[in-house]
Amino acid sequence: MSLLVSSTTVDLARVQFATTSIYHFLFVPLTLGLGPLVAVMQTLWLRSKDERWLRLTRFFGTLLLINIAIAVATGLVQEFEFGMNWSVYSRFVGNVFGAPLAIEGLAAFFVESTFLGLWIFGWNRLSPRIHLATLWVVVVASWASGYFILVANSWMQHPVGYKIVNGQAQLTSIWALLSNGFALRAYLHVILAGLIFGTIVMLGICCWHFLRGRDVDMFLKAAKLALIVAVPVTFLQLIVGNRFGEAVTSAQSMKIAASEAQWKTCQPCAFSLFQIGGFTEQDQTPSFSITVPRVLSYMATGSFDGQVQGLSELQKQEQRTYGRGNYMPNIEVIYWSMRTMAYAGVLMFLVAVLGAWLYWRKKLERARWFLRTAMVAMILPYIAATAGWVLTEMGRQPWIVQGLLKTSQANSPSVTTTWLGISLGVFIALYVVLLVVDLVLMRRYANPGRPEPSEEVSMPAVTY
Amino acid sequence: MNFEIFWFCVIAFFWAGYFVLEGFDFGVGMLLPFVPRDDAERGAMFESIGPVWDGNEVWLVVAGGATFAAFPAWYGTMFSGFYLAFLLILVCLIIRVVSFEWREKSKDHRWRHIWMWANTIGSAGIAFVFGVGLSNLLHGVPLDSGGDYIGNFWNLFTGYTVVGGIAFVLVFAFHGAIYLTLRTSGDLCARAQTAALRLAPPAVLVGAGYVIWTVAVAADQNDKNVFPPALPAAIAIAAFALAAVCAYRQRSGLSFTLSAVGTLGMVATLFTSLYPRVMVSSPDFANSLTVTGSASAHYTLAVMTVVAAICVPALLIYQGWTYHVFRGRVGGEDLTGDTGAATAAPGDSPAT
Repeated sequence: MSLLVSSTTVDLARVQFATTSIYHFLFVPLTLGLGPLVAVMQTLWLRSKDERWLRLTRFFGTLLLINIAIAVATGLVQEFEFGMNWSVYSRFVGNVFGAPLAIEGLAAFFVESTFLGLWIFGWNRLSPRIHLATLWVVVVASWASGYFILVANSWMQHPVGYKIVNGQAQLTSIWALLSNGFALRAYLHVILAGLIFGTIVMLGICCWHFLRGRDVDMFLKAAKLALIVAVPVTFLQLIVGNRFGEAVTSAQSMKIAASEAQWKTCQPCAFSLFQIGGFTEQDQTPSFSITVPRVLSYMATGSFDGQVQGLSELQKQEQRTYGRGNYMPNIEVIYWSMRTMAYAGVLMFLVAVLGAWLYWRKKLERARWFLRTAMVAMILPYIAATAGWVLTEMGRQPWIVQGLLKTSQANSPSVTTTWLGISLGVFIALYVVLLVVDLVLMRRYANPGRPEPSEEVSMPAVTY
Repeated sequence: MNFEIFWFCVIAFFWAGYFVLEGFDFGVGMLLPFVPRDDAERGAMFESIGPVWDGNEVWLVVAGGATFAAFPAWYGTMFSGFYLAFLLILVCLIIRVVSFEWREKSKDHRWRHIWMWANTIGSAGIAFVFGVGLSNLLHGVPLDSGGDYIGNFWNLFTGYTVVGGIAFVLVFAFHGAIYLTLRTSGDLCARAQTAALRLAPPAVLVGAGYVIWTVAVAADQNDKNVFPPALPAAIAIAAFALAAVCAYRQRSGLSFTLSAVGTLGMVATLFTSLYPRVMVSSPDFANSLTVTGSASAHYTLAVMTVVAAICVPALLIYQGWTYHVFRGRVGGEDLTGDTGAATAAPGDSPAT
């Protein structure tokens, strides 16, 4: 990719933002999904007094905390990075974009961090009910936090509730900002993604334990919980992801056309499942492709007869509106990131359905082929989420704020390539170390070969 | 008072809250290699701040976020201009955040040592760089007419700003030692007391010297009269001095309150000196960023005011409650030696 070898400051700043935000989002969705699952387990323990739910709470609670630590640490980078690398952008959008970020801190992150401390250390200091309530508060706050972040991000995709005064975007309606249709759909998409992360990872870990024959009856309970949630959320995500396309079509027609490598305007439009070639202006017709008639029309417009504008026409329109320039993102990357995300989503749905069927037939813990599959499937949500963000953010290019500000004009003028090189190097080095340690810890604490949690001196949920 | 000035005060309030609260857990972090005798005591020190450090850190997140929303021009210039300084802070923040969660994940001596040092270096590093960075807002940095930083990394280090960094480190170390005398017991508590007494003279001297120098810099670099900044400066000096006296008399509670007031006074001196500017430009004073010039429009500030009016009182209540829940002392002879045992396992709870 030309992006990685180019050394201009804008490209370095982009690579840095892509690296740090994709990395941040490897940890965030797992905490969004695992949080409520652990809270449900603790609730079930409190209601049933079944010791196994307590052990499961501690077991998955440890994994949750290991991930929250990195999610919090890498989230700080994101907050500073706007100002550090994108000062022109920050000055341009601060009035609007800064508000949801600040509200996130005040209304959500404060609550989340404070109550997390109460949950971790409150086992014996709070009554069991209050202690459980602290975890639910953490879950609600983390979900609220995600909402405000997506309100901010969606404003870059589909700006609403603003006016431009003296070359600055100024907020005119907080309600328009908070009820941005793009944001609400993106939020639903991300929350479902979080729940998919939580359930697929939980299922995979349960299957690991079944393979080793450790605590089978206990992990069957967890597997059942994971499957009860996984089947509907993986299915819903396919629908929501699909309908999300409609919002993108109206806000970012170019992104949809790029994600289909659709050069010519079509009606009705076939959906390309796979194709070789056809990703550049000179080579618009793929040498090989598999297509499904009318499906693209449905995905992009909600009607099987809908019209989808092609890249060439959109490019001409944008030039008329914004002046000369290339308004197309990298078509090949967008096309494949969309498919990677969608195919991973379908695979996860199949894994969930298969698992549920095996569980229902009481064969889950013995179906070794499935247990191995489910373990491998733990990688799928990570692939899907990463591809999804590549699609969303690279598909917005060349804009940093759709139609208002170009990425190439938004970086910090005072930040040199040297500084950017240093910071990129530092982040990559640090993040690799964090990832290695995280994987080692996750493996150790999820490992069926590990001694019983109750024999351990330091308790998962009671650290330090 | 208009919204711009109000938000300048709110941001000063978040910085002050951040340093008063996170200040003591930075201090505890800095003392980790020196005060405890063994790993159990080190665990007790970690535990004394374990439940609260994360909530304390959000004060910084909100100070940053509120600056972005209320003063976009300030946010853009400060973060891009102090680039490598913020990079250092981020590295320190990250290694410190994970050290809390990861240290106890293994019994291995070296592993625990690494993460203890990560916490110590992170704590001291953040305190020092913030001391230097915030002092630079007042001392002045080269800005162009577009409000962009045109200096290099080393421009940030002058006599005054380095003293600012050292003052932050010493004051927080003292503040943390006093906190430990309140939250630990037995031998550990006695050694924390000794540490507090040793730290008191340098913390008071450098802290007082720093606020006095701040008032002088305000007059020199920011066209201020001595009077308004001198008031919080006097409060800070008196509070630091009395905090030291109370530490000698073993009045830990009072001493902690006073070192908190001193920290508040120190931050208040800085921000009072800064007003009506948010970043002083030097040598081109005319390029300085002002409160009104870098603020967001009225509507954004009004919305943010409503949000803050609801969230800040709630925040004070639930964080206050957290401190109430975890008011008990940790560690010492009356508890078994192991780090995890002090909080006891959930499995030991009556319900099981």
